[in-house]
Amino acid sequence: MSQVVLVTGISGRFGRLLTRHLHRTHTVLGIDRRPFPEAPRDVTLYRDDIRSRKTEDVFRTHRIDTVIHLNVMHNPREMGEGAHRFNLVGTRQILEHCERYHVQKLIVLSTANLYGAGPDTQRYLAEDAPLLGGSRSALGRDLVELDMLCSAFFWQHPEVETAILRPVHIVGTVLNGPSNYLRLPRLPVLWGFDPLLQLIHEEDVCAAVLAAMTPGARGVFNVAGPPSVPLTEVVRRTGKPRVVVPHLLWGPLMKRMFSAGLWSFPADQLDHLRYSCMVDDSRVRRELRFTPAYDLDATLEPFRGGPPGAASRRS
Amino acid sequence: MGARAWGVGFTRGPLRAVAHRAGHGYKRDVGDNGVGFGEGFRRILETWNDPRIGERIDRLSRANLNAFGFDPFGYSPDYLKRVLPAVAVFYRHYFRVETHHIDRVPTEGRALFVANHSGQLPVDGAMIGTSLLLDLEPPRILRAMVERWVPTLPHASVFMSRCGQVVGTPENCRALLEDDEAILVFPEGSAGISKTYDRRYQLQRFGYGFMRLALEMKAPIIPVAVVGAEEQAVSLYDWRAAARLVGAPAFPITPLTPLLGPLGILPMPVKYHLLFGEPLTFVGDPNDEDGRVGRHVRHVKNAIRGLIEEGLRVRKGVFS
Repeated sequence: MSQVVLVTGISGRFGRLLTRHLHRTHTVLGIDRRPFPEAPRDVTLYRDDIRSRKTEDVFRTHRIDTVIHLNVMHNPREMGEGAHRFNLVGTRQILEHCERYHVQKLIVLSTANLYGAGPDTQRYLAEDAPLLGGSRSALGRDLVELDMLCSAFFWQHPEVETAILRPVHIVGTVLNGPSNYLRLPRLPVLWGFDPLLQLIHEEDVCAAVLAAMTPGARGVFNVAGPPSVPLTEVVRRTGKPRVVVPHLLWGPLMKRMFSAGLWSFPADQLDHLRYSCMVDDSRVRRELRFTPAYDLDATLEPFRGGPPGAASRRS
Repeated sequence: MGARAWGVGFTRGPLRAVAHRAGHGYKRDVGDNGVGFGEGFRRILETWNDPRIGERIDRLSRANLNAFGFDPFGYSPDYLKRVLPAVAVFYRHYFRVETHHIDRVPTEGRALFVANHSGQLPVDGAMIGTSLLLDLEPPRILRAMVERWVPTLPHASVFMSRCGQVVGTPENCRALLEDDEAILVFPEGSAGISKTYDRRYQLQRFGYGFMRLALEMKAPIIPVAVVGAEEQAVSLYDWRAAARLVGAPAFPITPLTPLLGPLGILPMPVKYHLLFGEPLTFVGDPNDEDGRVGRHVRHVKNAIRGLIEEGLRVRKGVFS
């Protein structure tokens, strides 16, 4: 009898990727509002909101061993009541179900952006560093609260093995800020700023999630890929032209363009083009024996050169 | 000041040949006082193209660098190699920096350099750092602690981090000392650098943070005195209201301000003397009450004061 894994937010790009890795060895259940047309046959998909009653039915009718909680909106176009409720209420419900239906393992995909990039951000932040990334936007505050909610759950319910992963900028087919940025035909950089960046390939994040599924893995883990490198070096390696913009003009303009749907790079991640925010991933390397398989060039491979505009239209 | 202040020393006359022949290893005759324009320009070019400067950067420890040649704080020896010739021109030919007792500087292990701060612009930190790169054997990178707002400035942020400077938060200091780096702090802070000319060479109030850090990390303290920087920009008056208006720590009015405006604080070609003291080691509880930590701080302050007096004694004039 294989383990039963419930993936929330299975229809997202990362959920699909993870499913491809999981479904041969595990019984995979999925919950998502969005469709997952090319889902493998052995995956049972429930098209529901994680806040709905039906979600509890999924927990009630299956003996779920592991929950992988991916259903968090990281870059909604308009930040309003909707995203706030979805993220926080949804996560709270999932936590309650995990407790009530004796789930053994809970894995939450948080993000290392929560530490926040600022002029005096300390270097190589460990897992116990304060989460200051929420001070700029409502979404940031929500994501910090979400992470805290899960951390509190980790302490309050030792019977559920909880692992919270905080990966650095995930790049690949996913539709998040960093990937959308790298898909732009010309990469904008801020005039006079060149922060160090940590990127991680989505396949490596998958590997980290799988590593976190091993029994005994619990706690908060920063997950990072190849060593940190300056933004201009990343841009150089993609082979794309770079556009230098003064940040005073850049910020307000980008926010407008993003909310109007003209621009795919979320404005609240602008600070990451200006200041460094790097994490110390020694814990995940030591305790989960995780080592990223993709080096920087392999990580950036999908974004290399190409005809301008061809890739960015996807988002 | 007469001709004596402007153009003497052993850079002219028979003594110069002796100094040259004695050849203090890498360091050549000190200063460019009293050479003609063409000769001065030739020497600047010589420094600019000096391959030994690059070689010294290659000899720096690469222990804390990642695969791409950057350390956690963004320091990159390859970048430093590109900009150091320009800094060396200022070091050798503009400020004609003369080091004293540089043999007291430990060449490895963690170290906390503590110096007096002066001169309106933080040239003193740059010159101390350059002295360890150019005049210490083997060369060593010194990580100066900068103000929190420096990374918010375009270009300055990249320049400072690539050259190994770091925002001076306690966490950063601790992390660097943990990695056995040498760091430089100015416990007087902006009170020291922006003081007016009438208070030159008077040490302002020292913060205690550096001493608690040294006690906690068991790092030896190397007192450093900078003599000369006080005269590089003569601040007659610190216009506080204007400083508040532009958000700067000070708004110095110098004799050159009527002529040059804000550029009046640009440093004049004074001669720098850097004096290094014997390393001091303190033991104690880093969380001790201020009174006891303060005794150690006064010890360091007195050491720096002694070095400043020595520097003022040995120098012949402000510009020589």
